[in-house]
Amino acid sequence: MDKAQIQHLGMLARIKLSEQEVDTLATEISSILEYVSTINSLVDVEAGEQAVGPVHNVFREDQITTPSGTHTADMLAAMPETDGAFLKVKKILDQSH
Amino acid sequence: MKTATELRAAYLSGETTPEEIAQESLAVIAATDSDIHAFLDVYDDVAVQAAKAAELIKEKGEQAPTLCGVPIALKENILVKGKRATASSKILDNYICSYDATIITKLKEAGAVLVGGTNLDEFAMGSSTENSAYGPTKNPHDTTRVPGGSSGGSAAAVAMGAVPVAIGTDTGGSIRQPASYCGLVGLKPTYGAVSRHGLMAMGSSLDQAGTLTNSVADAALVYRIMAGKDPLDMTTIDDTTYPKVEVKEKYRIGVPRDFLREGIDPDVMEAFEHNLEALAKAGHEIVDISLPLFEKGLAAYYIVMPAEVSSNLARFDGIRYGVRAEGESLLDVYQNSRAEGLGTEVKRRILLGTYVLSAGYYDAFYGKAETLRSMMRAELAEVYKTVDIITTPTAPTPAFTFGAQGDPLSMYKQDIFTVPVNLTGVPAISIPMGTVERDGKALPVGVQYIAPHAGEERLFDLGIRTYDQR
Repeated sequence: MDKAQIQHLGMLARIKLSEQEVDTLATEISSILEYVSTINSLVDVEAGEQAVGPVHNVFREDQITTPSGTHTADMLAAMPETDGAFLKVKKILDQSH
Repeated sequence: MKTATELRAAYLSGETTPEEIAQESLAVIAATDSDIHAFLDVYDDVAVQAAKAAELIKEKGEQAPTLCGVPIALKENILVKGKRATASSKILDNYICSYDATIITKLKEAGAVLVGGTNLDEFAMGSSTENSAYGPTKNPHDTTRVPGGSSGGSAAAVAMGAVPVAIGTDTGGSIRQPASYCGLVGLKPTYGAVSRHGLMAMGSSLDQAGTLTNSVADAALVYRIMAGKDPLDMTTIDDTTYPKVEVKEKYRIGVPRDFLREGIDPDVMEAFEHNLEALAKAGHEIVDISLPLFEKGLAAYYIVMPAEVSSNLARFDGIRYGVRAEGESLLDVYQNSRAEGLGTEVKRRILLGTYVLSAGYYDAFYGKAETLRSMMRAELAEVYKTVDIITTPTAPTPAFTFGAQGDPLSMYKQDIFTVPVNLTGVPAISIPMGTVERDGKALPVGVQYIAPHAGEERLFDLGIRTYDQR
């Protein structure tokens, strides 16, 4: 794992990494990957279909279970920046295009 | 402090009251927690809750709910409406919960007095509580040593006598290993036995909430209240999901000898052998078993868990709640909030998970790890045809000193005996099996008993007979 790969992973995971973090993580993640790669010698079947255990996620019906507005005030209070009943974020569309 | 079971008797006989015990709990915290640092938050309404519990005892006597007036501490990755839940992360420094976790609703209904939120490794990632953004917790048995982790604050809260019961979460050993280090009983229930609704998700296919207590009877008492099907967690199980696991007079107990040949502290191994002798003396049959895949669990765990971590922690981005760091663009806000808000171990696991899930690597890592998990479940099912319970030491060493596990891999190896249990979803309990001496101090060590799926009652039965009634 080289530094460029670590920086790319940081970008994918939306974490800005310092030069020093990139250095340390490159070494540490390489050694962890080397360790976990030992499963390749154990599992000789082609990975693909895995048996899911008897317990697995299922989706419930998409129905509203609480009256509208029950949690609104609490949710708004937790937001870092609001404008009335709206969550405020940086603009993502550049108007010059 | 008295156990939950003893407290109930003392309340009913009038020997003491919930108010007195709540005062005692707060007094212990005030006297010792500046040194131990088990708690991140002590709730401001403890006296009010205790007064309510006292009323209930007066009114209803024996009909009062089971945990009426019992002080309980909660790992601070569990949501309690109106209280702070930081998960020991700076990114949630200001986070106030908007709802109760299902287990909190159940504990409240049972009359428990919720005392406060306890310290943990950030987002439950670690085995020592050194990864908390708010500083480490110390082991009450020797303050130069860690309490274990990630539920280290919960373990220390019970060990220092502040509460009889603390709730933790266990993704790869985070209840059992601190129980071992702090001389407590630690229960990790069957995956799906206890609702995960309102717990901050780490590894969703591995996480379970459980208890840290001074007795097995208390673990059973609180487990029976928390367990059950929950419409808000579709992975919860009911009585019909798994075949019934019988309680027996004598158990056949399997020891995976090959797994115990290296990497274990000799003193821990000696305590383990003594425990096996005691079990045999009590009439149980000890047999050697072979679990070759179980031994490789740690490698699969460090693929599956970081993969699930990288997905679950994507929600902490400074947008809808938590701490937001400013930036030029929305992308900068994400990147800066996560850079400043998350700690080193959390970043390491997110990146590792991002890597193993990325296109081209998914099959080689996550796919193979999930295949290995299926094979481990099959191997275990085969072994349970011949034994009732499997036993190992809970952790390979007693509590270590701060900073002793320098690199991430050596820290990860602390969980070698506990992670296969989470990967396969079976229940396990850590029970004290004596002490080993280090620098003139007696450090507790625990034995782990592993039952088949839904076999909690078997663990309680063996534990009560061998430990509570010792």
